[in-house]
Amino acid sequence: MLDITNLRKTFNARTVNEKVALAGVNLHLDDGDFVTVIGGNGAGKSTTLNAIAGVWPVDSGKIVIDGTDVTNLSEHKRAFLLGRVFQDPMTGTAASMQIEENLALAARRGQPRTLRPGITRAEREGYREKLRMLGLGLEDRMTTKVGLLSGGQRQALTLLMATLKQPKMLLLDEHTAALDPRTAAKVLEISRQIIEENHLMTMMVTHNMRDAIAYGNRLIMMHEGRIILDIRGEEKKNLTVEALLEQFARVSGDEFVNDRALLS
Amino acid sequence: MNLSTLFNAMPGAIAQGLIWGIMAIGVYITYRVLDYADLTVDGTMATGGAVCIMLMMNGVNVWIALLCSILAGMLAGLATGIFHTAMGIPPILAGILTQLSLYSINLTIMQGKANQAVSVTKFNLIVSSRYVRELSLNNPIFISLIFTAVLIAVLYWFFGREMGAALRATGANEAMSRAQGINTNFCKILGLMLSNGTVALASALFSHYQGFVDVNMGRGAIVIGLAAVIISQVIFGRFFRNFALKLAGVSLGAVIYYIVIQIVLWLGLDTNLLKLLSALIVAVFLAIPFWKSKLNSMRKGGVPRA
Repeated sequence: MLDITNLRKTFNARTVNEKVALAGVNLHLDDGDFVTVIGGNGAGKSTTLNAIAGVWPVDSGKIVIDGTDVTNLSEHKRAFLLGRVFQDPMTGTAASMQIEENLALAARRGQPRTLRPGITRAEREGYREKLRMLGLGLEDRMTTKVGLLSGGQRQALTLLMATLKQPKMLLLDEHTAALDPRTAAKVLEISRQIIEENHLMTMMVTHNMRDAIAYGNRLIMMHEGRIILDIRGEEKKNLTVEALLEQFARVSGDEFVNDRALLS
Repeated sequence: MNLSTLFNAMPGAIAQGLIWGIMAIGVYITYRVLDYADLTVDGTMATGGAVCIMLMMNGVNVWIALLCSILAGMLAGLATGIFHTAMGIPPILAGILTQLSLYSINLTIMQGKANQAVSVTKFNLIVSSRYVRELSLNNPIFISLIFTAVLIAVLYWFFGREMGAALRATGANEAMSRAQGINTNFCKILGLMLSNGTVALASALFSHYQGFVDVNMGRGAIVIGLAAVIISQVIFGRFFRNFALKLAGVSLGAVIYYIVIQIVLWLGLDTNLLKLLSALIVAVFLAIPFWKSKLNSMRKGGVPRA
């Protein structure tokens, strides 16, 4: 369960570059909810995810994940609740470390790092199995440095790392935006599988309206730091891109001007 | 120019190279593993010796004195770590602040004198240049090799543990580390302490080797450390993939550096110009990756980014 109340964040406050990124966000998610998040550039989608992850402190409001008030917890202290995949494939993995070392780091999320072995033989076998399920042949390259993998492979690995130790919530921040269409589709499909198998509460930011409609049981649209649309259930199943654009224009009094969203 | 003079100078160059190689391994921990250019070492390279020599002059057992040196070095690393993580000071400046503070602290430890000597006949020194051409267990080359081997073994063990892996991850990708629940500030401080503890060990050994500690003996240490790291990367980079081998490569890099210096001096270079030469060599080697990428992007027709 996720409860966000009246979340506010302003960047560069009291300067000429002042930018209100979150202007009072309220959101409640139930366990197992898979929400897609859309909106134009600067609408506050990634900012919301970063606020949940604790990348910086928020100005006001409250974030409760699974009964834990994380509002004032530092990023690494709330990491045990969260699995995260980022837009840039470089961000989610350590390039100079091996595939198995990256997985071993992720397997210890939420545990104190002690002087026990960084990776054990038994763990390796488990990772091999999980990598096999990705279907990318990574199970035979476990000691390869992650920096040698393609963007798609790195995103798939990051997904696996994010869910290796089951999180209370999965945050996907445009995690297929930097990939070519075929790889993006594959990574998205792997995401769906993992989310369904583990019944994970998920927020997925995307610029692709078709994906936003096709995936998940709920869709929210953000505009100028607020959630302006929240569509779920039957209504979401019957949604079309055209209907979504119409709704956006009605609610925001604005055209949805974003070439990436329209063309994709 | 007499070849035998050069030949006679070689054992000394090798012994010095090995001791400075221990220092270079400390630099490797921050510069390569943690991706943090730490200038604290210029101060720590005198602190270790100062603590060790002064304690020994006051009758403390040599091994306890050595241990205290290492702890003093770790404290210096802790100070830089706090400057950086708790006070938000950029890495290079944080190191410079500690380095400057250490100058006063080192002088205070050395009771206000710029140098303090210990005689090998009166004190039980671990290594001494006196035995550098002697074929015995007292030979500083032999003893330094043992220190290097033990140090590499300990570091190899540590970086294979959960904590060591977290430290490596922090250096490789901070955002990812925090997302995986790693306390990156703690890891940075730990890395700085490990590094400066290692440098202080080298400092203590070097003051034993030369029979005195000098408040300026750490000046330019970071440059020598970087030179060793870069030399090892250029010469052994292709073959030494294993972490322990990489550390051994750094030690060898320092030995090569001292041999080259010895040859340059033998060729008649003015000793006053030595540090200038070191700095220029390191500058050129640091530039090579940049030039390479610039050349590559020009070949591809792209615009090189400065």
